[in-house]
Amino acid sequence: METNTIHTANTLHDEHVHTHAHHHHDDEHHESFITKYVFSQDHKTISRQFLITAMVMAVVAMVMSIVFRLQLAWPGEKFAFIEWVMGDKWGKDGILDPNAYLALVTIHGTIMVFFLLTGGLSGTFSNLLIPYQCGARDMASGFLNMLSYWFFFVSSVIMLVSLFIKDGAASAGWTIYPPLSALPEAIPGSKLGMTLWLVSMTLFVVSSLLGGLNYIVTVINLRTKGMKMTRLPLTIWAFLITAILGVLSFPVLVSCVVLLIMDRSFGTSFYLSDIYIGGRPLDNVGGSPILFEHLFWFLGHPEVYIVLLPALGITSEIISTMSRKPIFGYRAMIGSMLAIGFLSFIVWGHHMYVTGMNPFLGSVFVFTTLLIAIPSAVKAFNYITTLWKGNLQMSPAMLFSIGLVSSFITGGVTGIILADSTLDITYHDTYFVVAHFHIVMGLSAVFGMFAGVYHWFPKLFLRMMNKKLGYLHFWLTFLAAYGVFFPMHFLGTAGVPRRYYTNSAFPMFDDLADINVIITVSAIIGALAQLIFLFNFFYSMFRGEKAPQNPWGSNTLEWTNPVAHIHGNWPGPLPVVHRWPYDYSKPGAEKDFIPQTVPLAEGEADEGGHHH
Amino acid sequence: MGHAIEYNAREAWSGGQSPFRVSYGKMMMWFFLISDALTFGGLLVSYGFIRHKYADVWPKAENVFTHFPFIEQHIPLAYVGLMTFILIMSSVTMVLAVEAGHRMDKKGVIIWMFWTIVGGLTFVGSQAWEWYHFIVGTEEGALRNVWNDELGKYVPQIVHGANMVVNEYGLPQFANYFFFITGFHGFHVFSGVVINLIIFINVIKGTYEKRGHYEMVEKVGLYWHFVDLVWVFVFTFFYLL
Repeated sequence: METNTIHTANTLHDEHVHTHAHHHHDDEHHESFITKYVFSQDHKTISRQFLITAMVMAVVAMVMSIVFRLQLAWPGEKFAFIEWVMGDKWGKDGILDPNAYLALVTIHGTIMVFFLLTGGLSGTFSNLLIPYQCGARDMASGFLNMLSYWFFFVSSVIMLVSLFIKDGAASAGWTIYPPLSALPEAIPGSKLGMTLWLVSMTLFVVSSLLGGLNYIVTVINLRTKGMKMTRLPLTIWAFLITAILGVLSFPVLVSCVVLLIMDRSFGTSFYLSDIYIGGRPLDNVGGSPILFEHLFWFLGHPEVYIVLLPALGITSEIISTMSRKPIFGYRAMIGSMLAIGFLSFIVWGHHMYVTGMNPFLGSVFVFTTLLIAIPSAVKAFNYITTLWKGNLQMSPAMLFSIGLVSSFITGGVTGIILADSTLDITYHDTYFVVAHFHIVMGLSAVFGMFAGVYHWFPKLFLRMMNKKLGYLHFWLTFLAAYGVFFPMHFLGTAGVPRRYYTNSAFPMFDDLADINVIITVSAIIGALAQLIFLFNFFYSMFRGEKAPQNPWGSNTLEWTNPVAHIHGNWPGPLPVVHRWPYDYSKPGAEKDFIPQTVPLAEGEADEGGHHH
Repeated sequence: MGHAIEYNAREAWSGGQSPFRVSYGKMMMWFFLISDALTFGGLLVSYGFIRHKYADVWPKAENVFTHFPFIEQHIPLAYVGLMTFILIMSSVTMVLAVEAGHRMDKKGVIIWMFWTIVGGLTFVGSQAWEWYHFIVGTEEGALRNVWNDELGKYVPQIVHGANMVVNEYGLPQFANYFFFITGFHGFHVFSGVVINLIIFINVIKGTYEKRGHYEMVEKVGLYWHFVDLVWVFVFTFFYLL
């Protein structure tokens, strides 16, 4: 204990000198606008850059979804909105062009999965919270971190540019299965649009790799004194595991994509065989499109958890804080995230049951897939038991967190159905699948992201968001989201296939037309609700109430520094950690929270570090 | 904006000894290598997938790679064996460079890095030579169906060597994977040589002597060993098995 004190005092002294020296330094050259806001190496600025870029992308993807939802609900009807958005070429007389429909669903999926929920979610919150909650001055490498954002930016720009080219954007679905995606003759979207898609995604992977390496190394190497792994907030555990999944799975997407590029542009036949175009058999013989699916889904499935885990981490933190209770089963939460992360690498075959896979192999994938239900259920029950009899503080962030618990369970249950290789024969490629993954991964991750924005807005922009608008935003979003995706289960069970421009040619689906109307109306309400969020976001950024230092009564380190964006995060020495982050409503304590920086009282046990 | 205080993240860190006693840069390199290993893993697994599918008709490497410079006779796999030996030796010289760096022996680092770079360049050059013979092929060639635009159908024709579409050795995938995986690896070796060259120049300029340690040499050394290790796998799967 004594040496500790001396050490701290020494550091304090050192840093006074340090500070002093740097004041002189500052006088000589101030940070310019460019280095401060554009090519910034500061994790807080990079976090905000990721957030705002991802929001722009998300708005684009959302508008796309409204356009194709209008077509699905009222096929062939004329909408001035469609003509306004899609222009004369793809929305002539207000009717959506069929090829443009394919492009819209493809880019909607790509943006939502990669740009919003991978780049946007991890980019914003890993960057913001890892240095803050670990007690670090910044990321391990600010320079690589800056590159990570700018690769993301360029990749976003290329993806957007691809929407405006002559033949239209990539249209083979976000999973870009060959041969559809490999042959420019197949559909207009497989011409330049697909090339741009591939270039954009390659840059995206570079961004993700640079970011991921930084996140991992910062968590492992730059934790402050006393911040043991078992004292890390669950957010950080989630970001760490997410980053590891990314570093392990995205490179396989790279090998998948480069082989596709070879097939598209250099005449190889990795994925192509036995194809006739215009009566002529192609030279491509012997390749296998199934091989593409294996490689793609080896990334694709971990990707689901790359999207989901950060949201789960964020809600763990918020639910515990806003229930004023320690998280139930801290170690079980870490263990289940590790288990989910591990299992996510051995389940990819469940996307491929109907490819003619050996039924025995299929049953192995059924088994591994069903195993994921165990750690997922552990998490769901732990959320519920944390909420149970808590002193619930219903902030918008808390509402969205509870919303996540709801969608995680709803979508998880249908996952058990789809995991079954026999049932999947019926459900494969129907709206049931669309409902499942939108609820379990789309909604959950988006709710988690909203929760994070509301909760950490004071750290992002030093102001508070408006609570009432937040409530309105939550309830409209929550109800509209279920209004969109819940009825899709019925469509899917009736056999309605996904990715079809219209189902009006099938008389058997005529009775289901009203369901599509309900879905589209819900989608429009949901989209309008996001305007409330956008207004609240930008208004609060400039005019919001000034944030107090610790508005939610949190224990974690980011609330111990002043309400300012300081280069280096803490003006004095780094905080020293003495306890786990979930000492809420501890019996005998004065307040209902004890920050991590408060030393343990005599005889007090550290809950995170030991088992009782 | 309050008072802007700048900190050097590492100097001001009061977290005590870093876990694993590894600098962040070296750890980042390790994680990068794991990631890169999975890219190669994906490629090699995909190669295995296709090769397994056509196990009966897959060409035998010892019948394809038989050339040796300046020698008329055909010796199966002799030249690629030599290439592999050279690349492994360049890893040995890299180890010696790193070791000299630990002793702060600038001269030693310069000598051993020089030989590493020579080894790397020799390997890349040899690969170009190997590709050249693969592309040109044998005088006899082999009969393949090739598309004829005038006739509007495929006609049998003698094909020499290999390109992306057709080759004399067997299935198109044989050449496709050969070009792609050895090419991808060759690109790694080439970028390794460029990186080594940059660090080599820094060593000569005394950058690391001033810094007090040669960790950069160690980091690029990690990359170099990795590229070497990958070749061992590529060599095994393409030539030996």
